[in-house]
Amino acid sequence: MRLKLLFRNAFRHKLRTGLTVVGIGVAILAFGLLRTVVSAWYAGVDASSASRLVTRNAISLVFTLPVSYRDKIRSVDGVNRVSYGSWFGGVYINEKNFFANFAVEADNYLSLYPEFILKPEEKTNFLRDRKGCVVGKKLAARFNLSINDTVTLKGTIFPGNWDFVVRAIYAGRDASIDENQFFFHWDYLNETVKKKYARRADQVGFYMIGLKKPETAADTSRAIDHLFKNSYAETLTETEKAFQLSFISMSEAILTVIELVSIVVIVIIMAVAANTMAMSSRERAGEYAVFKTLGFGGRFLVMLIFGESIVIAGLGTGLGMALTYPAARAFRSSLGNFFPVFQVDPETLYLDMAAGMMIACISALFPAWRAVRVRIADGLGRIG
Amino acid sequence: MPSIIDVQNVSKYYHRGAESIQVLDNISLTIETGQFLALMGPSGSGKSTLLNLIAGLDQADQGRIVVDGLDITRLSETQLANWRAGHVGFIFQFYNLIPVLTALENVELPLMLSRLNRKERREHAQTALALVSLDDRMRHYPRQLSGGQQQRVAIARAIVTDPTLLVADEPTGDLDRNSAEDVLTLLDSLTRDLGKTIVMVTHDPRAARKAHVMKYLEKGLLTDAPQAVVSECV
Repeated sequence: MRLKLLFRNAFRHKLRTGLTVVGIGVAILAFGLLRTVVSAWYAGVDASSASRLVTRNAISLVFTLPVSYRDKIRSVDGVNRVSYGSWFGGVYINEKNFFANFAVEADNYLSLYPEFILKPEEKTNFLRDRKGCVVGKKLAARFNLSINDTVTLKGTIFPGNWDFVVRAIYAGRDASIDENQFFFHWDYLNETVKKKYARRADQVGFYMIGLKKPETAADTSRAIDHLFKNSYAETLTETEKAFQLSFISMSEAILTVIELVSIVVIVIIMAVAANTMAMSSRERAGEYAVFKTLGFGGRFLVMLIFGESIVIAGLGTGLGMALTYPAARAFRSSLGNFFPVFQVDPETLYLDMAAGMMIACISALFPAWRAVRVRIADGLGRIG
Repeated sequence: MPSIIDVQNVSKYYHRGAESIQVLDNISLTIETGQFLALMGPSGSGKSTLLNLIAGLDQADQGRIVVDGLDITRLSETQLANWRAGHVGFIFQFYNLIPVLTALENVELPLMLSRLNRKERREHAQTALALVSLDDRMRHYPRQLSGGQQQRVAIARAIVTDPTLLVADEPTGDLDRNSAEDVLTLLDSLTRDLGKTIVMVTHDPRAARKAHVMKYLEKGLLTDAPQAVVSECV
């Protein structure tokens, strides 16, 4: 009977309840998507390994390091494997088709990234072909690329048209791995650069270092940087996570705004839901007085009001959460080049639920307090 | 007949800011078991306030009210709520049924506070509805019933817990002549056949005519009904 009463009360004004449910649903959807955008921003950080270090020029990432540093770095205690690469910045057909593309020392690089899964024969073919490239599964799907297809990138940092042959397509080990990247051989880049821009040859943008033990990261970083102290190209070595975070810190203000907007959305809908509950409980003041007259206590009224609020907010939250997945898919398909990993985390769903529960409880608080406090005679309007 | 309600020197004030308005002035009243008492008087005379005090809906500022041997002026809010649930049935002018519950569910509502199980509650509610001749309207919602039928459902809800005392505030005030007559006949049969004690506030001389005793309240003072009022009711 209590549940029956609660549900029937919730749907007494179908239009009002419907609009409130839709409002909460849209707010939860917006909240979920904004949280997912923030998570997507941190996807690179989350996917980074504790056993990898990145060494770059101490002045800025824009400046390069000599490729000759590789052997010196490899000799440092704790270093297991060294690879290197450069941001290529190539454009495929036109600038709208943005994706990350790197020239890398392939053999060690792929060993350092076991999360990129390649078929063995494709990997071998790629390693054998100097003009070969590896593309992520999503990138291949986006541009309809298959094995042995030729891809031409227009260089922006290294001018000219660069032809590559797709020799391998990698898949991520799990959903958090970016499958929109493009790798090719650094040697291919360097040979061409040597011919065209000799001054820029034998330079790399970064070293990627595999550690024997992740716990030696700090000591190894110090040792590497010490090695090149007072040289013409000093280094800055940090964990891959710190390296990724340094990119994010550049856009921290935007992230803060997104997080604030997501909270504001919830606060606004909380006010809307609170208004709905206040209207409902004001209309039912007489009924609450009848319940009290019959002997029902304040606890029963609190259960009735909170229950109704939880039903409405719960439906809205469920609707919002259900819509988050298709909305995230649509978001990913249209903005996948900016957010290669755009997936709704379980944590976001928990936050959705917490936000829904908060909306329900805060909306019900004042009406419940008022219902408990109202005198029966006032509620029944029977003074005289 | 032994007395069931004993109102002793009761006064009640309402406060509006610094101003204090006396609504009931040293009222004393005794009601016998099985008696049907009509409380009359002009608007604002304190009838409903006295009814509220007797039914345990409000607290007196002075005096005692003893109902069936229990001094209800000493009870806390929670104790009063529990007492009301078991001892008092309420009938209001505007029926005050819960619109989202059927007639049967409305009548069953007070029994949720009892120890009866669901089946027993249903049976009791069906019996009460049968007593007011509405056993064919059990599944109807209040909006699907006429005013007279709604008031009969309210009476069924009032008697379903088998209370000692029934309080009725203008029970015919919102009804047409025929429906009012049905309701009054029903109230009369509750005292006559079931021995219920009824305290009814009314402006309606026809309603008052059914009562065994008439009392008159004016400016917070309780008197026997003036001759003019009595002759109107005869």
